[in-house]
Amino acid sequence: MKAETHLTTAELAQKSAQYRRNILNYIVGANAGHTGGSLSCIDILNVLYNNVLNVSPETFTSPTRDRYIQSKGHTVEALYVVLADQGFFPESDLETLCRYQSHYIGHPTRKIRGVEQNTGSLGHGLPLSVGTALAAKLDDLDYRVFTLLGDGELPEGSNWEAALLASHYKLDNLCAIVDKNTLQISGPTADVCNTDPLDQKFEAFGWAVHHVDGHDLAALQQAFDALPFASGKPSLIIAHTVKGKGVSFMENQLKWHHGVPNKDQYAQALEELTVIGH
Amino acid sequence: MGEVATAVPLAYQANLDVFSATLQELAATDRNLLVVTSDSRGSGKLVPFGQKYPRQIVEIGIAEQNLVGVAAGLASTGKNVFAVSPACFLTARSFEQIKTDVAYSNNPVRLIGISAGVSYGALGSTHHSLHDYAALRAVHNLTIVAPADNFETEQAIRQATQLDTPIYIRFGKKPMPLLSETNQTFEFGKGRVVNEGDDLVLIATGETVYPARQAAHQLENTHGIRATVISMHTIKPLDYALLATVAATGVPILTVEEHSIFGGLGEACASFLLTNGYHNRFKIMGIPDEYTVTGSQIEIFNHYGLSENGIAREALTLVE
Repeated sequence: MKAETHLTTAELAQKSAQYRRNILNYIVGANAGHTGGSLSCIDILNVLYNNVLNVSPETFTSPTRDRYIQSKGHTVEALYVVLADQGFFPESDLETLCRYQSHYIGHPTRKIRGVEQNTGSLGHGLPLSVGTALAAKLDDLDYRVFTLLGDGELPEGSNWEAALLASHYKLDNLCAIVDKNTLQISGPTADVCNTDPLDQKFEAFGWAVHHVDGHDLAALQQAFDALPFASGKPSLIIAHTVKGKGVSFMENQLKWHHGVPNKDQYAQALEELTVIGH
Repeated sequence: MGEVATAVPLAYQANLDVFSATLQELAATDRNLLVVTSDSRGSGKLVPFGQKYPRQIVEIGIAEQNLVGVAAGLASTGKNVFAVSPACFLTARSFEQIKTDVAYSNNPVRLIGISAGVSYGALGSTHHSLHDYAALRAVHNLTIVAPADNFETEQAIRQATQLDTPIYIRFGKKPMPLLSETNQTFEFGKGRVVNEGDDLVLIATGETVYPARQAAHQLENTHGIRATVISMHTIKPLDYALLATVAATGVPILTVEEHSIFGGLGEACASFLLTNGYHNRFKIMGIPDEYTVTGSQIEIFNHYGLSENGIAREALTLVE
């Protein structure tokens, strides 16, 4: 638990609004990005980095730091704005996002301080996290491992191989969060390949599962505070989210899976995101 | 690198046994060493390791993508990880995990492909790894090694533990005669000369080096043709300096490998030679573009000419 800088729910709400504005700024600057998913997962990252993860720029190489691995790597903008805010690198670096020869490429890379693993192709975060959490158990260290999965990436079989193993090794220091915004590039996730009932599937695999409103900052905080949900079991948080959350014309709109707002849309989005505590 | 004390007698064991014995010795002083397997501790000769060091072996089950992803996660914490699985599955089912989780992220996993090439013989093409050099040569930040005898195997395993980058090492199941009493040096990226001659060069790798060396003996005894034989144990990075040296003499070059003729050692050598202006007579021996005939490893070798007689025959056509 990151006790010394624990933010209140109101402070977190202010951060979320600022993060969302930054996501849009850098996507517009890069003329590329995964807007909808970045806006759906940003509240989760906000609570994690500000109030949960025991990691900072100063402790990033510590063997006992908590780890965060972003399996849904396409929403890298969300990760980068939070890491910048945490001081891992200067905010101004993000002006180079996706530009020629920038290190800030369109998926997480370890070239960027604060990024634990290179991701981008889907179905990789959970196996990597299982290995990392298993190392903590083998070494009797008490760090924790968090990974953010998209609901659209769950049909990748590697997720289920890793889910089995996490339970087999009783990794209660592992927490996976599904950003369940119910939309993927081709349409509703339920139509592309339905993974519901997700909770029952993971429970059958030996996980302890909680549902949460992925935009309710207090509820997210409570869920993280309750970890592990069961001793000897890995934890899954199914975070129900809205793709494009916070920008009225982007919410639940498939076309904003990726895409760059035009000048008018950008202005409107920024105006809407000045409202704190949406 | 170079000469290092050996843990086991260096002759006539399967490379797999040497691998297992070396790991046990290393684990005695390195509590950080982990063996990660996909239900392959039996086929990997790792049962004694598991009995001796139960806290240093991690079973994944038959799930090779997960094997490599988990191994990468373990290595990211500083563990000295050997991920062991049959070469065919390790490199085909887990290709993206090798590319992304291991090589791209630079998690220094030691990927060990056991029962490589056509070691599984009559079990058929699902169990043959005749694609692994081709697939993995195209992956940046990955060393690829096929040791040819017990000495090279032990050195490869020892020296792998010193690398801070990923490596893929593959070997088969059958006993491996010692190749050279005199040249006991091993360094990744440096070919090992196991026979010297002026008339042609045989460049082989892994379990084809022994028949290549026997072919060289036959050529000398029956035709007075003297061949240099190189164990090119490191497929990548390839020993360009040695290649340039032997090519500069102008003699024919024959490459031999237990791999598809596409994308392996031979094509790697050909690419270097041609792009650097060498025009030696040149031929690649390997498994042709087909799913192999049924048979044991040695029968398959014989069928495709990867035998003492077959290599000698092919060499004669190049020098005549």
